[in-house]
Amino acid sequence: MATTNPEAGTTTAAAPAEPLDVTGAPGTLRLPPKAARLLTAAGAVGTFASTMLAWTWTAEFPGDLTYYGSPVDLQTLTLVGSLLTLAVLLAGNGVRGLRWLTPGGKTAPVVLLALGTLGVVWFTAGAIAVVLGGIVNFEPGMWVAVLTSLATVVGALGLRADLPFDPADPALRDPGAWQRFRHSLKSATPAPARELPGWAELLTIAVMFGIGLFVFTYGIDTPYGELFIGFLILVSFGATALARAGLSQRLSKLTGKHRNVTFTAAFVAAACFPFTQSSDQYTSVAANILIFATVALGLNVVVGLAGLLDLGYVAFLGVGAYAAALVSGSDTSVLGVEFPFWAAVLTGAGASLVFGVVIGAPTLRLHGDYLAIVTLGFGEIFRIGMENLDGSSGPSVTNGANGIANIPDLVILGFNFGEDHTIFGVDIGPFANYYLLMLVFTLIIVTIFRRADRSRIGRAWVAVREDETAARAMGINGFRVKLIAFALGATLAGMAGTVQAHVTSSVTPEQYQFVEVVPPNSAFLLAAVILGGMGTVSGPLVGASLLYLIPAKLQFIGDYQLLLFGLALVLLMRYRPEGLLADRRKKLEFHDTGQLDVPTGGPGLSKTEA
Amino acid sequence: MTTTTTTGAPRSAPAGRTDVLRASGVTMRFGGLTAVRGVDLAVDSGEIVGLIGPNGAGKTTFFNCLTGLYIPTEGQVSYKGTVLPHRSHLVTKAGIARTFQNIRLFANMTVLENVLVGRHTRTKEGLLSALLRGPGFRKAERSSEEKAMELLEFTGLAGKREHLARNLPYGEQRKLEIARALASEPGLLLLDEPTAGMTAGETSATRDLVLAVREQGTAVLVIEHDMRFIFNLCDRVAVLVQGEKLVEGSPEVVQADERVVAAYLGTPFEGEPGEAEAAEVREAERATGTGPAAGTAADENPKGERS
Repeated sequence: MATTNPEAGTTTAAAPAEPLDVTGAPGTLRLPPKAARLLTAAGAVGTFASTMLAWTWTAEFPGDLTYYGSPVDLQTLTLVGSLLTLAVLLAGNGVRGLRWLTPGGKTAPVVLLALGTLGVVWFTAGAIAVVLGGIVNFEPGMWVAVLTSLATVVGALGLRADLPFDPADPALRDPGAWQRFRHSLKSATPAPARELPGWAELLTIAVMFGIGLFVFTYGIDTPYGELFIGFLILVSFGATALARAGLSQRLSKLTGKHRNVTFTAAFVAAACFPFTQSSDQYTSVAANILIFATVALGLNVVVGLAGLLDLGYVAFLGVGAYAAALVSGSDTSVLGVEFPFWAAVLTGAGASLVFGVVIGAPTLRLHGDYLAIVTLGFGEIFRIGMENLDGSSGPSVTNGANGIANIPDLVILGFNFGEDHTIFGVDIGPFANYYLLMLVFTLIIVTIFRRADRSRIGRAWVAVREDETAARAMGINGFRVKLIAFALGATLAGMAGTVQAHVTSSVTPEQYQFVEVVPPNSAFLLAAVILGGMGTVSGPLVGASLLYLIPAKLQFIGDYQLLLFGLALVLLMRYRPEGLLADRRKKLEFHDTGQLDVPTGGPGLSKTEA
Repeated sequence: MTTTTTTGAPRSAPAGRTDVLRASGVTMRFGGLTAVRGVDLAVDSGEIVGLIGPNGAGKTTFFNCLTGLYIPTEGQVSYKGTVLPHRSHLVTKAGIARTFQNIRLFANMTVLENVLVGRHTRTKEGLLSALLRGPGFRKAERSSEEKAMELLEFTGLAGKREHLARNLPYGEQRKLEIARALASEPGLLLLDEPTAGMTAGETSATRDLVLAVREQGTAVLVIEHDMRFIFNLCDRVAVLVQGEKLVEGSPEVVQADERVVAAYLGTPFEGEPGEAEAAEVREAERATGTGPAAGTAADENPKGERS
């Protein structure tokens, strides 16, 4: 954390010619402060105005950006971006009623939001030029947007940074433009918030999840790739701006205080999703995301908590799915029995548990890379084994590569998941049914994860991950606790597999490879855990959503998908090794900051339940 | 070398002591190398025993044999009359806790969590009770946390309970290791160089801490290079040289033993370059009369051994 003493920095870091300003180090561009503020505000207003103009002349560009006075799709995103920029700028300058927006940084969020808006606008301009063939297809509105968004960024870069340069850092005696830019993105930690009345805190949490649901629904409903990219640009810059403004910290403090309320609100918001949908098109995406995310959460027990690198984890999903398919009453199942759903879930989870213990018992004596290689091998053995249990290479169980098809829809207590139902006047299709069922499973698995994490066994897992010799010297039976983690992870994946079998209605061996383009597979599961943040609940959920949505929405990247995916992972590991949604504890783990910010009061770092 | 055991009569000993630890004939061979050879050692309850020896004498190897990290090639170790199993977590469960020569805390866990991990063997809530969260689970967690906080108060770390262990200063990391070991309510605490790298002030604080641990009824076996620390602290000292126990007895007996001095400083022999000069220096030191050569010389040159 940088120093928060404003005066010490400016005297040494600011150029002597500049007026003494205690607000922080100079911005990237050296503009007079007033001019910078005016330019930013004017640019934001101009960008806002440009969204009311037509951006192109033809409806051939998806979304039809040809109307005056009614912004659509990418224009709406631009509009939101410019308004947020303006709001945060005004908040930073002390406008009444908006100041709650920026309890932490004041300049950094403006810069980020201006950049995000610029990103959306320029991306749109580029996309129009590419799709329609040249910039001749721009209408004046597009040019206005391009120029005004640039003006906003120029203005924002002229604003003084939130923090002074650290006088102790010799590299910052004479900072270059790049250093000044990076510095302008830093911000102070917000002061503790004023105590709100209880109802206001709960209302804030509810509103937060309402907005979250809206943003997520918007992203999942984007009908074409360009809009999704624009959405991603705005959301990623917006989320970073939120963090720099200090709002995220305040919100996370609030959610930490009301854990159960947050948990319930998140569940309710997620349960509301199918009611916002008019067709099954996107609920199927959502149901698959949930399956993927739930399995990733199970893997997080194994990798994130116990530190066992499992590269064959998808096999457990496969065991659960095959077990459920065999007892589903499908006409292609050799068993030909039909279990009620609860029994099928127990069968799937039980089969995965047995498989997990059978694989874990011999392999968990290995460490690190060796364990990874062996689990990778077992994952492939599962797939090839399923292919060979076809009656000719082995006993007839799985129909080999054809798999078990025509898995009937679930019927629980007379509720047929394969049919449309009308609930609260909204049509709920088959995928929405499965989505809601899967949500219950996610809830169960999240609860299991949280409870296991904050307990004696959870601490033993982390201890074994940190230093197995020391853990054993503390009386922990390393092998036993690792086997428990492995078996628990397998069971959770098996449970998810039983639902997956019904959602996909057929189970084939190649659904369970180490890596392929469609998630879930072992590599993507691991990536979802790492991308989101190891050892957290929200991390794998967000990581899985991104990893599922991006390939689903951006069909055109097709063959390059794995390449881009690899590049993204490399960049992430370089710049944010703790993952996208890491908690404070993980940040302390991965960045050598020294712990000066001693937590006082409220929930601390320790994972205890007392 | 002959092994002489001078079992010094325990001074200031309350009546009715019992063996806490009894190692008999412990031998550890790594292939052709015999790191520890036929060592016998006993620790009585309420006693602080020191184990010293030049670098490479096999002290840590002997420790690892005691705690089940190594399986001794020969000999056996018993704790309060029962033979210890060769699994380190079972040894801890039986009642022997240890610290490490190189600090081995769980670096990315908080101070409190480190101590709670130490409570592992004294609690038994498994996965199922963690998932069900019954009243028994909550009660056990609460009492574990209370015990852990008591230990943190005891070691003076209570104010840092939410810090990650890796962010503690060096001296406090050592203290935390002791607190974590004590959390398993051991009957015997093994300390492997608890004052390595400490300042004089920190060393004397550690001494007070070890004495306080003994007050609570835990016997202590300590490896250390700092002779002043050892001779001020221990009731009995054993000297290990090249894997064999050379001398055992009260600090005075050990300090006066010629062979201990020889083991630490070496005996000069012909032809080694520089050895003559070293001998001269030693002569000069003796001539200035820094008291009885053995203890003080070793004290001031704890690292000056020949290995």
